[in-house]
Amino acid sequence: MRVALFATCLVDTLTPSVARATATLLERLGHEVVVPRDQACCGQMHVNTGYRREAVPIIANHVRAFAGAEAIVAPSGSCVASIHHQQADVARRAGEHRLADDATELAGRTYELSQFLVDVLGITDVGAYYPHRVTYHPTCHSLRLLRVGDRPLQLLRAVRGLELVELPGAEQCCGFGGTFAVKNADTSTAMLTDKMANVLGTHAEVCTAGDASCLMHIGGGLSRLRAGTRTVHLAEILASTEDAVTPDQQTKPAVTA
Amino acid sequence: MTAVHLGMPALPTAPRGVGHLRGDESFPAAARSALRDGQLRANLGHATTTIRDKRARVVDELPDWAELREAGRALKAATMARLDDHLEELERQVTARGGTVHWARDANEANEIVTRLVQATGASEVVKVKSMATQEIGLNEALEAVGLDVFETDLAELIVQLGEDKPSHILVPAIHKNRAEIREIFARTIPGVDPGLTDDPRQLAMAARAHLRERFLRARVAVSGANFGIADTGTLAVVESEGNGRMCLTLPETLITVMGIEKVVPTWQDLEVFLQLLPRSSTGERMNPYTSTWAGVTPGDGPQEFHLVLLDNGRTAVLADEVGREALHCIRCSACLNVCPVYERAGGHSYGSVYPGPIGAILSPQLTGVEDNASLPYASSLCGACYDVCPVAIDIPKILVHLRAEHVEAQQRVTPEAAAFRALSTAMSRPWLWHLTQRASRLGRLIARGRPTLPNALPPPISGWTRSRDLPTPPTSTFVESWTREHGR
Ligand code: SF4
Repeated sequence: MRVALFATCLVDTLTPSVARATATLLERLGHEVVVPRDQACCGQMHVNTGYRREAVPIIANHVRAFAGAEAIVAPSGSCVASIHHQQADVARRAGEHRLADDATELAGRTYELSQFLVDVLGITDVGAYYPHRVTYHPTCHSLRLLRVGDRPLQLLRAVRGLELVELPGAEQCCGFGGTFAVKNADTSTAMLTDKMANVLGTHAEVCTAGDASCLMHIGGGLSRLRAGTRTVHLAEILASTEDAVTPDQQTKPAVTA
Repeated sequence: MTAVHLGMPALPTAPRGVGHLRGDESFPAAARSALRDGQLRANLGHATTTIRDKRARVVDELPDWAELREAGRALKAATMARLDDHLEELERQVTARGGTVHWARDANEANEIVTRLVQATGASEVVKVKSMATQEIGLNEALEAVGLDVFETDLAELIVQLGEDKPSHILVPAIHKNRAEIREIFARTIPGVDPGLTDDPRQLAMAARAHLRERFLRARVAVSGANFGIADTGTLAVVESEGNGRMCLTLPETLITVMGIEKVVPTWQDLEVFLQLLPRSSTGERMNPYTSTWAGVTPGDGPQEFHLVLLDNGRTAVLADEVGREALHCIRCSACLNVCPVYERAGGHSYGSVYPGPIGAILSPQLTGVEDNASLPYASSLCGACYDVCPVAIDIPKILVHLRAEHVEAQQRVTPEAAAFRALSTAMSRPWLWHLTQRASRLGRLIARGRPTLPNALPPPISGWTRSRDLPTPPTSTFVESWTREHGR
């Protein structure tokens, strides 16, 4: 299949290794990956902060950049949820009905990584090797908006060498919440503190998730504590094999997600 | 097209200077102090976890919960679509059964009506059934201002009243207090209380019971709220756990009920749905211990005078907002508070309104006008746990996001934040400019000076992040950039 990769603005700018891993994984599974150069952002941050009017041109750019793609995959539950649940509404409210229709149509072909692997490609064993003790945080938008369920866990359980440990209080929000992390920094930090306590209680080397944004928040907190446990995106774990363990996984600190 | 109704004057919101819908501080400021209170966090964490688990158990045992929930949602939506008809029917039926209906445009009118009615009876004190509507309008203060004594009879509400505190939860107003703190309040404030009172829950309940019993027996006037007002039979319903409500609703000669206009349901049969949804969602019980219903007056049985005060106080304005109006479907079960990670940490007082938690964050700003409660729609990480548990499926995150936009669009001046978001929007809709912007972010590498993370001491608003979390140093190249370099176009 020819898969268009939507890196998402945050991953592309701050943690490109996550997008790289997604591409590596999809190619290893025998698919052709294209990366539309004009992609930028899905508009979620604008919409969720109250700038829905300003989000319209961003959505228009996204729809233009991915027009004609057969399938679009993004390593982010949150951005895919915004594409599915917000883009068309925001466009329609602004009177952009053509754009709304196009966005709806595009959303139908847009998948979060674990959904794409399990539901579209029908695989849970992607042939990965990752010899580490790992715990999984199900991010809120993957869990409650996209309902990815246990798909990421199915994928992780099939990874050779990986020891999966259950995260207590897993379904509690980590406190990221986009601009919430800054506008309500104290409450966000209180939520993060409890999440980190649960992560550290598992004695996992790695905390993984399907959203680089939440991982940047959790990882940023762990790195500040010099905790030792680091955050690694699900795509990076699934992309690893015996002969292609990326140097990132060994050397970089938690914060690089 | 935007949802502005041209030529239609703005509908009145809840007036300032009366009632409890507005806080003195913004949410982040109030939360900052609350978060420092370790006892509060322990009490709340314990209480919400317990009730959350109880709710989950009794909801999971119903095979048709999803259908029930959808029925509740649909009933509320249909009722709101013809709210005026249902209210007029309710008025007709209550009147036909010997009650008197009063219409109150806002908190001031409602307080005046109730004060006048109480004074007309010549009574000097009233007993109260726990009620959110009367808290909302500040009725106790209004009655006390004319020299009347007001006694809350719900145990938790009594604790709050005796402690000169404010409620912090819709269902359990004293959830922020633990047993030891309650014992201290009782020992200090209840006249003639046993000096050997301990913090054993049974002892505490008995002390409150002895204190209240005397008041029930001598009360001539009671004031209540209502969970439901049933239009086709003119019946009012109060759902409770302790039985104090039953006492207030049956013993006094005069009963005055203050009910928000959104509490009307069209038919008696609708209770079939709501009386299944409500107790399971609120206390985690299959059925609540006391459900009292009454219609007008019955000669020789119960109160001989009944007044129903129908309260608007901004509700019509909420109804006019096609996205926000779902907030009026709320049946005040408090399930959304109990699962909310923000509420659990910041506590109810941080919301500054009698309606805390997720429902408060969407209801208070709509009742007052969003500019009077502008920080509340942002008091959420949009995790969606509230929407999942809401028994009438109110899409709270969607309304939060909508109200954020209403706030942004109400600004007359361009705030620094708005300028930043506009600039970012311009960049994110033009690929060449976006690539330039991404490249500019690499300037961060200069201050990182080779370290994997940026320094902690960065200026606001980034300091909001870096005070507790490291930020990664931007990489030398974006993914799209390097991919394009490798693969060509
Ligand atoms: S919004 Fe829903 S969950 Fe929250 S109190 Fe109201 S009915 Fe209950």
